[in-house]
Amino acid sequence: MQAYAEQIHRCFRCGYCKFPSNYTEINCPSYSRFRFETYSTGGRLWLIWAWLKKEIEWSEHLAEIIFSCVTCRNCVEQCPMKFSDDIVDWIVAARRDMVEKGLTLPHIRDFLNNIIKHGNPWGTPRSKRDAWAEGIKLYKPDDEYLFYVGCAGSYEERGQRMAKTIAELLDKAEVSFGILGTEENCDGNEVYMLGEMGLFQELAKKNIQKFKELDVKKIVTLSPHGYNSIKNKYPKSRDLKIFHYTQLLLEIIQQGNLKLSELKAKITYHDPCFLGRHNGIYDAPREILKSIPGIELIEMERTRENSFCCGGGSGNFVIDLLGKSKDSPSRIRVREAHETGAEILVVACPSCMAMLEDAVKDDGLEDELAVKDISELVKKSAK
Amino acid sequence: MEVIGMDDIYKSLVEIVGEEYVSNRREELYIYSQDPGMMEPHEPDYVVMPKTTEEIQKTVKLANKMKMPIVPVGGSMSLSGLVIPHHGGIVLDLKRMDNVLQVNRKSRHVVIEAGMTQGKLKAYLERKHPDLRHSIPDSPPSSTIVGNIVIHGQGRLTQQYGFNSDMVTGLEVVLPTGEACKIGTCSVTPYWFALAPLPDLAGLFLGWFGTTGIITKLGLKLYPKKKLRDAEVFVIEDPNLVPDIIFKLTHTEMTEDIVVSAQPYPLIFKDIISIIILITGDSEEELEFKRRMIWDALRTYINSNEGGFSMVPPDMKQNLLKMPSDDTTKLADVMKGGGFEYAGPIIPIEKYPQAYKKLLELTSKHGITFGHAGRVIGRSHCIMFSFAYPFNRADPDNLKRTKKALHDTNIASLDIGGVPWKPEVPAQKMIMKKMDKNTLDLMKRVKRLLDPNDIMNPGNWEAE
Repeated sequence: MQAYAEQIHRCFRCGYCKFPSNYTEINCPSYSRFRFETYSTGGRLWLIWAWLKKEIEWSEHLAEIIFSCVTCRNCVEQCPMKFSDDIVDWIVAARRDMVEKGLTLPHIRDFLNNIIKHGNPWGTPRSKRDAWAEGIKLYKPDDEYLFYVGCAGSYEERGQRMAKTIAELLDKAEVSFGILGTEENCDGNEVYMLGEMGLFQELAKKNIQKFKELDVKKIVTLSPHGYNSIKNKYPKSRDLKIFHYTQLLLEIIQQGNLKLSELKAKITYHDPCFLGRHNGIYDAPREILKSIPGIELIEMERTRENSFCCGGGSGNFVIDLLGKSKDSPSRIRVREAHETGAEILVVACPSCMAMLEDAVKDDGLEDELAVKDISELVKKSAK
Repeated sequence: MEVIGMDDIYKSLVEIVGEEYVSNRREELYIYSQDPGMMEPHEPDYVVMPKTTEEIQKTVKLANKMKMPIVPVGGSMSLSGLVIPHHGGIVLDLKRMDNVLQVNRKSRHVVIEAGMTQGKLKAYLERKHPDLRHSIPDSPPSSTIVGNIVIHGQGRLTQQYGFNSDMVTGLEVVLPTGEACKIGTCSVTPYWFALAPLPDLAGLFLGWFGTTGIITKLGLKLYPKKKLRDAEVFVIEDPNLVPDIIFKLTHTEMTEDIVVSAQPYPLIFKDIISIIILITGDSEEELEFKRRMIWDALRTYINSNEGGFSMVPPDMKQNLLKMPSDDTTKLADVMKGGGFEYAGPIIPIEKYPQAYKKLLELTSKHGITFGHAGRVIGRSHCIMFSFAYPFNRADPDNLKRTKKALHDTNIASLDIGGVPWKPEVPAQKMIMKKMDKNTLDLMKRVKRLLDPNDIMNPGNWEAE
């Protein structure tokens, strides 16, 4: 990441990064939302280089452009150049430089301050972190899995619903697990993506310390964001295995520990960026859905590596730099889901859940399209 | 509202397109001041993103009132700075206007808005009309179809049907004075099937780089899309053979596209000229027949050991068949420098050897590397010969040498009897200097007549 200033000029601004691989629509969330070239990946990289060369000065608008990238990795997927893997790192590095100099936006500062003070981006008291978890036991060293819930699962109403459902399913399948309750800390994925490296390292240190204290060997996360952070951004540990809950649920179903009965529904599935493009997990969620008798899975045009982000990454499920428009990525995405004829838009991420459920309401589609987490369908089928 | 100052212009633009789609902020002005090529940047005063022809008309009328320059922008991929607002003013980014308006299957044409990208139309046709295609250039999918037409671009079907601008069936243009005007059969009937049999007014706008009006809608010919495609690569060492080989290949009328390419790296390609021959067919039998015709046409060179068909590994074949090919774009990272510049003069086929010699001479003289691709236009009527020079935008010395090479290339192109394609402003001036005086005068009169206030993309096609 240190070398980004010496590499960033390599972007040609060719624009492959704007599209999915078959070019059907704009697939870069911020470019799709604003349509000025400045909000495309190429425009953003050129502006960062201009800022580094002191050709332009920092401004709130520049920060809006730089921080409106949701780090969905569509650009990484589509860029034909050899440096493509580095693009998101370059953007994060530029944010780090801005944050270190105190150059950010008020709502990003509040987001980060809330995590420092309260351990979550909303500023809800730390003591409320386990408010959702009545009846769910705390992790003990002889448990097989630590269920790492994350901020969205702990504080956001729909995330809490997901967390409860997953906990119920794990119970039903007799999986030995526990949670950290009020001892859980923010996983830091968004903090990392927003470039606040000091805070990220502090969060990672505290979490790792807690994992060690409790002799945690396996972690199952609710959020793909937490999965990404712990698996890819924390120091590597051979002793720790990380799973997203869809991976564990699939294993449980395949082992016959959850019996699924018929559930007739036309559904479509939205790939979360931090599960899909960041971690290559496309099949486990689909395998779960296919294992439910009666489910008809209709894929959206933009799916898997070409999936269109809901616009919630990099803290935008709270900061919402791409919101307030019928052209917001989440609203475009729910219309795309609706066009498939599906009755249910299935997600596997609490941020996507919140973004897309709000978008369904904003688009007036409540009577035609429901947003549900995979675990909710499994629970219904497992009755 | 009576317009008096910059604030009022901003407010008027907001009234026309809405606040979200106007910017006079530093960041947008910076990005729209340049393209990925090497021309000197110049900032506009405003960037505006219209959604309709009516919004463009209103903006043009405002620009006339204020005598303010106006520059229509598509994908900004000419690399010759053709959309740099040399005198400031309003940049009109047309990419929000990206709808397909109609497809006529039986008469094989499509009507699109000005901001439609190459990629999006390709995807649309693949989904809705998989047996139809358009002529896709090797610029990135983000380049626009109208932008390509306005510069007389070429594409995968150019060898069969001519320049992409020869594939226009109709236009809607906002004139520099604000009137919207239809050109071709669409000016008489609801159908956009041809420019003929009417006087050909499209020539007032094609090749003019937006200096005579803003194309807002385009009728474009579509062509049969065969089920199968294949690529053959014929390799030679002697550039003198190229004109005759192209003549023989085009005589077969069996090829989709013919591209001649050369590059100094990796070493296995050094001093080799590859002639990439693309063929299409609805069956293996048809493809095999075409292969046989092509092999027969080139047999003399194989027998004399002057050339031969190269093995094409699957990965390479996949790249050759890709539309658009990203190989051209990847040239920009050859120097790990984020750019390449190219002069791509259109030259008579028989001048190929001279141009090739000049390419080697100039790159050696200026100490730079190159990528070369020449696309055959028509049945060997001419060829676009690209002198493509990757550069490093972070290395001032390399930039300086590449700029000098580009300048020398334009001089050489004209000297050997070619005409620089999509010329940057200095090359436009070279062309106009060499142009027949009466032709130049006609150009000036046309421009004055259409654009009395000289607001349309000023700096381009501007005679001394």
